[in-house]
Formats: sequence, structure tokens, C-alpha cells
Amino acid sequence: MKILCPVKRVLDPYVKVRVKQDNSDVDLANAKMAMNPFCEIAVEQAIRLKEQGHASEVVLVAVGPQQSQETLRTGLAMGADRGILVKAEPAPEPLGVAKILKAICDKESPDLVFAGKQAVDGDNNQTGQMLSALLGWAQGTFVSKVEVHDDHFLVTREIDGGLEQLKIGRPAVLTADLRLCEPRYASLPNIMKAKKKPIDNYTPEDLGVEVGHRLTLQKVEEPPARQAGIKVDSVGELVDKLHDEAKVI
Amino acid sequence: MSVLVITEHDNAALTTGALSTLTSARQLGDDEIHALVVGHGCKDAADAAAKVPGVTKVLLADAPEYDHRIAENVTPLLVDLAKNYGHVLCAASTFGKNVMPRVAALLDVQPVADIVAVVAPDTFRRPIYAGNAFATVKTGDPIKIVTIRPTAFEDAEAEGGNASVETLSGTGDQGLSSFVGQELTQSDRPELASAKIVISGGRGLGSGDNFQLLERVADKLGAAVGASRAAVDAGFVPNDYQVGQTGKVVAPDLYVAVGISGAIQHLAGMKDSKVIAAINKDEEAPIFQVADYGLVADLFEAVPELEKEIDRVK
Repeated sequence: MKILCPVKRVLDPYVKVRVKQDNSDVDLANAKMAMNPFCEIAVEQAIRLKEQGHASEVVLVAVGPQQSQETLRTGLAMGADRGILVKAEPAPEPLGVAKILKAICDKESPDLVFAGKQAVDGDNNQTGQMLSALLGWAQGTFVSKVEVHDDHFLVTREIDGGLEQLKIGRPAVLTADLRLCEPRYASLPNIMKAKKKPIDNYTPEDLGVEVGHRLTLQKVEEPPARQAGIKVDSVGELVDKLHDEAKVI
Repeated sequence: MSVLVITEHDNAALTTGALSTLTSARQLGDDEIHALVVGHGCKDAADAAAKVPGVTKVLLADAPEYDHRIAENVTPLLVDLAKNYGHVLCAASTFGKNVMPRVAALLDVQPVADIVAVVAPDTFRRPIYAGNAFATVKTGDPIKIVTIRPTAFEDAEAEGGNASVETLSGTGDQGLSSFVGQELTQSDRPELASAKIVISGGRGLGSGDNFQLLERVADKLGAAVGASRAAVDAGFVPNDYQVGQTGKVVAPDLYVAVGISGAIQHLAGMKDSKVIAAINKDEEAPIFQVADYGLVADLFEAVPELEKEIDRVK
């Protein structure tokens, strides 16, 4: 089985986002970037499936600016076999990314696409579902457990109110939730080895995909600031304030 | 133009997410609001939808292939229907997030996810970067596919309307995936996403057993119990307790954070709460920057005392 993992380069989730002064967008100049944490989880799971003998090859795909190559190297250092960079700037919307990934799937014929459930910049949670729709494949989203069988995947999904088990026909698109697995750190020798692993380069035009933008970003703002609160000295005072002042209990 | 609202339900009544989505639909200025009730054995939910003021027609798609509303089976129905509408809305629940992008891709539409406000019929406000920024986006797509953050809109009234119910036939099992089973968390307390009061615990609780301290307070207040990701990852409570960017987004009247430091991913899930109270022994914890009332104390002493003090004022 061949597994394809889309990976996205995003603002490091532990860095505080800044909004540009003219409210045109967030300010990513000189900001620390990293692999989207949900993509890391998907890559880790794909590599584990390879280690368990379920997969023969793990191929990474990044869609975005040239620097996304660093994100591919990170995944290759974790243990993926090769990378594909589709250079597209500005970064396409989820629909555009899904169309590009569809074209890559047509070329590569993977048995499984393992993506993250959402990217922590746009917080859209759409690309995996859209790719699955375009391919006409089954989808398993918010996956926290996966078992590989001959003609299907048995997945556990995190849903509102608990967990759900589904039998997902192959081929399929699965999207990783937080608790699927703990991503590994790349060792120094593996980081060195990753530099020699191949990365193919494409543009959307090479793939025959037109990536238009459907949404216009009109404004980006800071969230409304909360008024500074007060510190109380005792539980009694806290309860009094909640009861008499805030009137919430 | 008309708006189609895909309503979630438990076969008998609409969820609060569905009711808040109907509120957002009324802000679009469309001529008609149609509510789709899809599932198996869900006639009562369709009758409930017909009573929501503002709903002009209910579409009922009741068929075995829609049981558990598997995305692959529901999608052909939604794609067929959506072509007749200017807007298609659904709550940004795990169901809405699962299904709507699949429908949108087949209609060649870029959906707008998790909106918190309708600015204009084609312009919406939505959080990005875990709620650390808000983007206003305008869509140029002819069919506007939008998911709604339920806590950002009031629930529509459940009674007062009198819409007709039209029955749709099923579109058949697509044979791509099937339901195997589910494990739902049993709880007598109010649902986390719609509770008026939420009391949440973090890593500071130290163990799952200690969540009983919070549960006793929750029962006195009629509150729901939530948790930070750290508490879930440590196995103290199930994952559906999690409040934050990757869990549930809540906006209760009162949010009590106990032993939670206040990482940005957690704040993304609760900072729209009306009043925030925090109990933490570390006075430098970031949670105190958003808390209206902060108490620096050991939670193991403060929480039992809290339980007693609530009796005093109630």
C-alpha cells in the first residue's frame, strides 16, 4: 500500500500571531514557521503503518511557497520516503489544494491519503473531505485510531458526545485527530539522510489545475480584548462576587 | 433566493446547534428558510423543525442509508438539493465539519467555515489562528456554503411556527463506508456546548478521580464539566470533555477554570464566556489575564470550600 500525506507549512503554533497595523492580514514576516501539528500526526501514523508492514511507501506532498520544502524535509527526516512540492503562491484555498492533491493522486495512485484534520492557521477543516469528494473515495475524519484490513480501514472517530467506529472502504482519505498518535522527533542522522531523499517539483499549471481564489479577505482584526479582572483573596469572596456582582450563580 | 439549513437532531428534537443555525439563517434576508431533516426514524424531528418560527418548509429525508448520517451517503442528497439555494448552512459540529466540505467540493464551492457573524449575505466574520485573529471574508461563489459556530448565535425559539413538511426519497447507500458502533459518554449534566455554567479542570487536578471534586460543584450549580487538553491527554477524562481549538468551543455565562494554566489553544475554546473565574496556585498563569475573578490558591483546598460556599449563597 502506498500512503500519501499532505503537509502544510504554518506559523509555529506556539508563536503568538500578530495582526498587521492596516488590518489587511496577519503578519508572518520573519515569523517562525513549522509543520502543522495535525500533519505531523498524520505523517507519524503513516510511518508507523509502514513500520508495521502495512505500507510500502510514504510520499509527502506540500502545496505552497518554495519554503514549504523545509516542511517536506522535516517529514522526510521523520521517515517518509520522498516528497512532492507543488509551488503555489499565494497559498490556495482548501478547494484549490484539494484539486491539486487530486491531480497528484491521479499520478501517484495511493491507496490511502492521510491528512491532518485541520491546519492551525486557517482553521478550515475542509481539505481532506474535499479531496475525498473529488476522488469519489470514502472518508474518515477526526480519526483517533486506525486498523488496516484487506479491503477496508476500521477507524475510530472523535465525534461530539464520544467516539464512533466506521468501516471505511479502500482507497480512502483519513484525517488525523490529536489523539491518534504522538509524533516522533527526527534524529540528527535522519535529518542528514533526509537531505538526500528526492523531492519532485511541480506547479499547478504542470498538473493542469486552475487555482482561483473564491474568497476575498476584507479585513483581519485582533479579537476584542477582555477587560482586566481582579484577584480575590478567598473562596468566600469569589463566591460573593459571582453571586452579588456578576450574578451568575 | 432561499436558504437551506441542514439541521442536526436526535431523531426527536433539533440540537441547540441546529437552532442557532436557524437564527443565523434569519439574518441573511433570504425569502424562504427551508430546514432539512435527514436521518432514519426522524419524523418527530421534522415536526419539531416545522414549529421553529421563520422556517417556511421542512424537507424530511428519512431512509435507512441516512442512519448515523454517514458523509458519503448524505452527500448525494445534499448536492442535489443545494443547487436550488443561494445559501446552504449547517452548524460547525463534527457532523457539519465532516459533511459540508464534501458537498461543497462536488459543487465546486469554497465553503466558509465556523462563522461567528453575518456581515452581509455574502460576507462573514470567522476566527482564524485559534481565535487569535478574526477574518472578514467575502465569497464570490453562487451557492454560499457556510458552517456556523453555535455559541455565536442565540438559539431560535422552538415553538411558534407552522411550516409544511415535504418528504424526500432516499438516494441509496453509496457502499463506501458503514457504521460499526459508537461509545457515547454518559452524563446527566447539561451538554458542554450549551451549558450556562461550565467548570473545567486541567493538569492541576492530578488524576481522574479528583475530577469528582469538580463534579460535586457542577451538580450544585447545574453546570457541565469540561477539561483542558492536558487533562484529556493524561487520561483523566474522555476526549469529548475537551474545551479548546481542537475540542469544543463554549461561551457560557460562567466559566470556572480550575488548575488550568491557560494555553492559547485552551483560551480559543472559552474566552467568549461572559464571566471567567480562575483558581490556580501559580499567580503567573496566563489564565489570570482573561479571568474576571482570579483566586491564587491550592485547588484541593479551594474546591471543597467552593462547594460549601455555594450552599451559603444559594
